[in-house]
Amino acid sequence: MTSKSLSDNKPVGVIGAGNFGSAVANLLAPQRDVILYARDEKVIHQMQAHHEIRGHKMRTNVQPTNDLEYIARECDVLFPIVPSAHFRGMMKQLSPHLHPYHILIHGTKGFDITLPEGQTLENTRKLNRSQVKTISEVIKEESVVVRVGCLAGPNLAKELAAGQPAATVIASHFNEVINLGKRLLRNDRFQVYGNNDLVGVELAGVLKNVIAIAAGALSGMGYGENAKGLLISRGMVEMVYLGRALGGNTTAFLGIAGVGDLVTTCNSSLSRNFNVGYRLAQGETLAEILASTDEIAEGINTVQIAKKCADYYKVRAPITGALYQVLFEDLTVKEALQYLMRYPLNVDIDFL
Amino acid sequence: MEVVEKKNKNKKYKPILEGIPDWPVYQLSKNRKEFIEEVAQKSFNRVKEVRPTTKQLMDELEATVYREQQRMKRNRWRVDPADEPKFWSQIKSELVALTNKSAEEIQTKADEILHRIVSRYAAEIAGNFKPNSYRLTREIIKFWFSRLLNGARVKKFGAFFRNRYTLRDKIQIVGKAKQIRNLARVGTIVMVPTHFSNLDSILIGWVIHSLGLPAFIYGAGLNLFNIKIFAYFMNSLGAYKVDRRKKNLPYLETLKLYSTLAIQKGAHSLFFPGGTRSRAGMLEKQLKLGLLSSTIEAQRNAYLESKPEEEPRKIFIVPVTLNYHFVLEAPELIDDYLSVKGQDRYLPEQDKYGSWQMLKFLFKFFTKGSNISVSIGKGLDVMGNYVDDDGNSLDAQGRIINTRDYFVTEGRIAVDKQREDEYTRMLSQRIVSEYHRINRVFASHLVAFVAFELWQQKHPKLDLFGLLRLPEEDQVLSYEEFRAACKRVRKQIYHLKDEGKVYHATHLKGKIDLVIRHGLENVGIFHLKRPLLLSKQGNIITQDFNTLYYYHNRLAGYDLEKFV
Repeated sequence: MTSKSLSDNKPVGVIGAGNFGSAVANLLAPQRDVILYARDEKVIHQMQAHHEIRGHKMRTNVQPTNDLEYIARECDVLFPIVPSAHFRGMMKQLSPHLHPYHILIHGTKGFDITLPEGQTLENTRKLNRSQVKTISEVIKEESVVVRVGCLAGPNLAKELAAGQPAATVIASHFNEVINLGKRLLRNDRFQVYGNNDLVGVELAGVLKNVIAIAAGALSGMGYGENAKGLLISRGMVEMVYLGRALGGNTTAFLGIAGVGDLVTTCNSSLSRNFNVGYRLAQGETLAEILASTDEIAEGINTVQIAKKCADYYKVRAPITGALYQVLFEDLTVKEALQYLMRYPLNVDIDFL
Repeated sequence: MEVVEKKNKNKKYKPILEGIPDWPVYQLSKNRKEFIEEVAQKSFNRVKEVRPTTKQLMDELEATVYREQQRMKRNRWRVDPADEPKFWSQIKSELVALTNKSAEEIQTKADEILHRIVSRYAAEIAGNFKPNSYRLTREIIKFWFSRLLNGARVKKFGAFFRNRYTLRDKIQIVGKAKQIRNLARVGTIVMVPTHFSNLDSILIGWVIHSLGLPAFIYGAGLNLFNIKIFAYFMNSLGAYKVDRRKKNLPYLETLKLYSTLAIQKGAHSLFFPGGTRSRAGMLEKQLKLGLLSSTIEAQRNAYLESKPEEEPRKIFIVPVTLNYHFVLEAPELIDDYLSVKGQDRYLPEQDKYGSWQMLKFLFKFFTKGSNISVSIGKGLDVMGNYVDDDGNSLDAQGRIINTRDYFVTEGRIAVDKQREDEYTRMLSQRIVSEYHRINRVFASHLVAFVAFELWQQKHPKLDLFGLLRLPEEDQVLSYEEFRAACKRVRKQIYHLKDEGKVYHATHLKGKIDLVIRHGLENVGIFHLKRPLLLSKQGNIITQDFNTLYYYHNRLAGYDLEKFV
């Protein structure tokens, strides 16, 4: 299908003008007009004046807005890409304007947690699946939309913006959603795969952030490739265990959203999660790191949630556990590593 | 000491459509011939769609003939028509004669054969609703039930001809009765009850009538037509026949289209979406998706074929649970379940009850205690959203949703098989969770559940089959311990009820000793070997561990185990 005939159709919406959101908007723009929702007036102003966000060029047919009702009215297809901590709040505002004909494909790699009043993530010891929701589950809980999908894979926003080759996976129970996603996103430098295990792909995308922090920490300690190979393969096993306990299938973890994304984030200093780990290993504390950046590293929350889920479902997750102690208790990266190297576990693969 | 039942508030409902000629089911049977032809034609088209090449079609036909002949050889029933072997051997020889013909000739002939087969199936499936026979059946049932009830209960001379008790005292209808009446006026109802006993069909038929609704069409297992008394009732009530032995593509497509088209024409329908009776006595967890998908298809077609300005008839799914103290077939059902689960071998469905046994049971049933309650759930649209009394679909926040939008792609209604399969799966999950929500807990379910779980706890190392073989001397529970556990579980049931996750009968309230007594008196009341009773020493014992397990299963799936 040519881009001409598609551009006659309704525009596509992107909700969230962060790094990934604006990169996705630019990927969509050659196929269709795009409406990009941003909360921040400054971003909208910047786009209107210079067609750029934080120094990145935006395509001319990406139109900014800060009106959720408008974007829902104009677009049948929406890509919500906002941090997991704000996702449910955003959905509550968006939901009154959504109809069952809407299709939502999200690109958020994080969990949503719902706790009884008075409880916080910090003072809750264990978490189960009724408290921890994936983003697609939040969409379905908060709105009438059923045709939901998710976008996951090794998609570092800066590389995408530079037009380097990459791939993504669109996961959904509906082939309709997968095919639509392929039609909208695919181009010569961007390959799109489909997967029907929505929750599995979401979990792979979220849990890999834990391992990304650990990879950053190894790198910060100055260790080389052997150590990284060890971490990636053992991290993978841990992801599969946790993922299965939370309702995904093993296979999703072997795909683009699992291995693909894991290798990328574990090797990239562009990744926020990697950076957090790196700075921890350099001796900074979590508080210092959080104070010095305004970007949100999803991985920090994910470590907490994953650790508490592992405790509830009695899953063996030594890397997550050690990382939790480094982040929230006063274990040093060096001590954590010693602990892991002495961990009495010597079965390579026992889940296939 | 009598356990006092709350005064029955059941009232009589006026029919929503006065004359039988207005009933959709009557309209359908009046145009029976045309309808069967339409079903056959559409099934023919559908099979051709799925098997587009000559080779595929021939393979399908050959497989169908083979299976049909196998079925006739192995498993022939009394209801099967006499000309069946002739029909199929004729088809077979015609197929064999085609071997050396040209491709075109084969295609023409194969089409013709397929058409003959689906026409035969359509005629076989079709129900035959006859108003006179319906009225007569209704009166017979009313008259005799009334006689039975009064004769047995009113202890006075001439009691036999009194009208003090009616069936309404025996069978309680609770839940959204008014809503279903409203919905039947504005749309088409698809009622989906749980299935525990062969009696369910008759019971539901009575419920539908006493709610003042026109007769529903429903798919009844062909095996039921083997029992003459059932066959008579069901034919007159508008049942169509579902033959579970036939698994070939032409048959399944014809069956599905029959139901889809009938619903589309506005005939209120009834499915038992669990497929067959629940073998283990559990609420259904897995539903049969085939017939369920026909509701979604019918709704989509209604939107597809309607003109832009008119609003087509909506289809409403109404889950219903039937709650018994006693299931006649329980010992055989649980036997089936256990032998399948235990040894992984298949047991063909057999019905050991003829007309006479059924009548004997009915007599017992109406002369002794043991009430039944029927809970009618809230109406759902085909996507599983609740609807209000006017039939508007509502989202979780109570906003109105347009069901049409679920079938829209890029602004237009589209046919998307994979999407609808997914919708069917979502609907089936929704129905299952509604079953658990509207299920009514009886005292007999409580005592069976608690007793079985206590035994399980005492022998943590035994698996199910080990436990069922427990030596007799271990099959004793002290009353005190049993009583305390019942109390704890009942408290949790109250708690679940407050959260809207289950209901319970009014007799579950009050003094726990009375509730336990009520439960013990009623659990599996007519079985030769009682699943649970009080020994002479005042302890809890069982005479039949298997049926105890069966009645216990009714409360599986609520996470009550940890409260025992």
